[in-house]
Amino acid sequence: MDFTLTPDQQAFRERVRSWLKANVPPEWKVLATTEVPRAEAYEIIRRWQGKLYEGGFIGITWPKEYGGQGLTFIEEMILHEEMALQKAPPILNILGVGMAGPTIIAYGTEEQKKRYPAKILSCEEIWCQGYSEPNSGSDLAALQTRAVKDGDHYVINGQKVWTSLAHVADWMMLLARTDPDAPKHKGITYFLLDMHAPGVTVKPLKQITGDAEFNEVFFDNVRVHERQILGGLNNGWAVGLTTLMYERLALGFGLQVRLRIALESLIEMGRRVEKTGRVVTRDPLLRQKLAQLWIDTEALKYTGARAITKLLKGELPGPEASAGKMGWVETHQKLQELAMEIEGPYSQLTKGSDRAIDGGLWQYGFLRSRANSIEGGTTEIQKNIIGERVLGLPKG
Amino acid sequence: MDFGFNQEQELLRATARKFFESECPSEFVRARMAEPAGVTDAFWAKLAEQGWLGLVYPEQYGGAGLGFVDLTVLMEEMGRAVMPGPFFSTVLLGGLTILEAGSEAQKQEWLGKISAGEAKVALAFTEPNARWDAAAVTVTARESGGGFTVSGTKLFVLDAHLADVLVVVARTREGKRPEEGLSLFLVPRSARGVDVKLLPTMDQTRKLCEVTFADVAVGADALLGPRDGAWSALSRVLDRATVSLCAEMCGGAQRVLDMTTDYAKIRIAFGKPIGSYQGVKHKAADMLVEIENAKSLTYYAAWAMDENVPEAPLAASMAKAYVSDAFRKAAGTGIQLHGGIGFTWEHDLHLYFKRAKSSEFSFGDATWHRERVAQLINL
Repeated sequence: MDFTLTPDQQAFRERVRSWLKANVPPEWKVLATTEVPRAEAYEIIRRWQGKLYEGGFIGITWPKEYGGQGLTFIEEMILHEEMALQKAPPILNILGVGMAGPTIIAYGTEEQKKRYPAKILSCEEIWCQGYSEPNSGSDLAALQTRAVKDGDHYVINGQKVWTSLAHVADWMMLLARTDPDAPKHKGITYFLLDMHAPGVTVKPLKQITGDAEFNEVFFDNVRVHERQILGGLNNGWAVGLTTLMYERLALGFGLQVRLRIALESLIEMGRRVEKTGRVVTRDPLLRQKLAQLWIDTEALKYTGARAITKLLKGELPGPEASAGKMGWVETHQKLQELAMEIEGPYSQLTKGSDRAIDGGLWQYGFLRSRANSIEGGTTEIQKNIIGERVLGLPKG
Repeated sequence: MDFGFNQEQELLRATARKFFESECPSEFVRARMAEPAGVTDAFWAKLAEQGWLGLVYPEQYGGAGLGFVDLTVLMEEMGRAVMPGPFFSTVLLGGLTILEAGSEAQKQEWLGKISAGEAKVALAFTEPNARWDAAAVTVTARESGGGFTVSGTKLFVLDAHLADVLVVVARTREGKRPEEGLSLFLVPRSARGVDVKLLPTMDQTRKLCEVTFADVAVGADALLGPRDGAWSALSRVLDRATVSLCAEMCGGAQRVLDMTTDYAKIRIAFGKPIGSYQGVKHKAADMLVEIENAKSLTYYAAWAMDENVPEAPLAASMAKAYVSDAFRKAAGTGIQLHGGIGFTWEHDLHLYFKRAKSSEFSFGDATWHRERVAQLINL
């Protein structure tokens, strides 16, 4: 057990630190009470991601020949720690960087690996994830979107839903059924789908926040070439699960960082907001709650570090990534609830009121956080995965 | 960076698990619960033989010279076995205090004997006010006749009835702050005026005592460490003991989860194993997540102790706050998922449930440590 860094890693930390100091965009205020970028910030964070790419501070663990830095998860962790300390903005192409890229690198042909990952990192091409459908959410393998072979193409018909970023995306990680007669897990194929292809229609859905950051996506005879298959015909379930494991693992880094940023903002608010006649940070009960959040956040960090140690020893991200996702969700929702509790009646005032605390930022964060336990696999599904695949309990 | 255990540590874990499975099964624990000693001479001698009584003491004092990360492994296994007896009081409270505060001669005299299993030492710190900070100490030691006279009452003293010598925290001077004016004394349990009363406890694997000092006269050589300046050494001991206790608690919690998942796989209700029902499965998953987090904080704190990093006290408090809640919840859920059998005296779950409770309130509970975290992060 050793948390000390090698001289090279220490030097990397110094380099990251000074680069961030010089490059975090001044127009970026701490809008980040949530992990998901809002539409109003898209342009800032699109440029920010471009800068990260130019500076060599994204795709840390991806191979150099595909646009990455060829470094280890240690450097990735250092980078994220420094970003938390300097309250750096999130990136725009979160699904591309967190999921599409690693999955393409893991399963792609040489041609695919040369074509896609670098443009994901530079934010030239934004990705979304076509998994959930109106009739298959948690039961993902029941998906009904069809892909029917026609020469060297497949013809896609069907619908996806809750598709974040589809309205700005260039590409989609699409799961579609290629063999309707096979058992449900065995007839699915993973396609890299051009969102600009004829027959793709995106309709934004308004969320409880009032924003429309996720969408319905309709496919009407969309033609996709068979070279756009990732990881082989009818192998989509395995490929898709890999994506989900990376997604949950990515939470260990990026989202833990945003959690820390949000917590520090919350504590900072607690120092200036009064409740029953004294500032929040002097209230014994609220001190308890803030301290518990601090502890929970640190626990997630160290549980993440244990997972990284496993990765460094050559093991793949496994079902324990579900535990990290669950822990993050619980902590983040608790944090957002506490923000409302601290604000009291002020929690009712939103953006547009000059009486609203912090311009009504926390109200958005609070509402947005309700999705955390649903998106990327519901908490109930994560618990099934932990129960069955980690603890070995029988399936229901 | 490497946040895992090395090969030697994994070997220690395997050795310890095998040892406790054969030497400290439930029947052994239950027999010790029923009698005052809480340990047998033979068992104590075996712990010494393994080198575990001196695991964290430097080699020149008869120890193995290992660190708190190594100890964490051993403590987890002891917790898994709900090991009774004065290991914690002797090795981690009495012994560590002598190591932190003692003179060369005192260390030579006591640590070797502890490591060899020839002496037991208890730490008399807490009092009826039930505090864990420096203000806890109201027992006084007045200078008299070239030595000191110790007066007052200590409460919740672990294994005082078994100790050859008590390390007593006493006030030698009223300072501006409670941390000032504290001194440590080595007082033989047999000294005139020392009265030790064993108290009936909920967790019978932990023996707690009330110790009264009726004007006990000790020589000047009984002083352990600097006069009036005991707090810095003592607080280091308390942090180290806290982290070791957290490791023991993690081991206990993991054992409860193992027992519960094993049972959920074989217990049939409505024609299916109960573990296939989400009402059971999800509770088990929650236990796992909390126990893994508990371990992460504990391992980090143990490393922080070994490396003496500035945030070591914060790491200790974060761990104790989290682990106290996690073990209590795991033990309670374990009973719940076992149903009626889990509520019986015959089943071992109550040993863990009670150990969780006694550990929760040792060295400060979760509330106390959360407040300490709040202070240490400048809230």
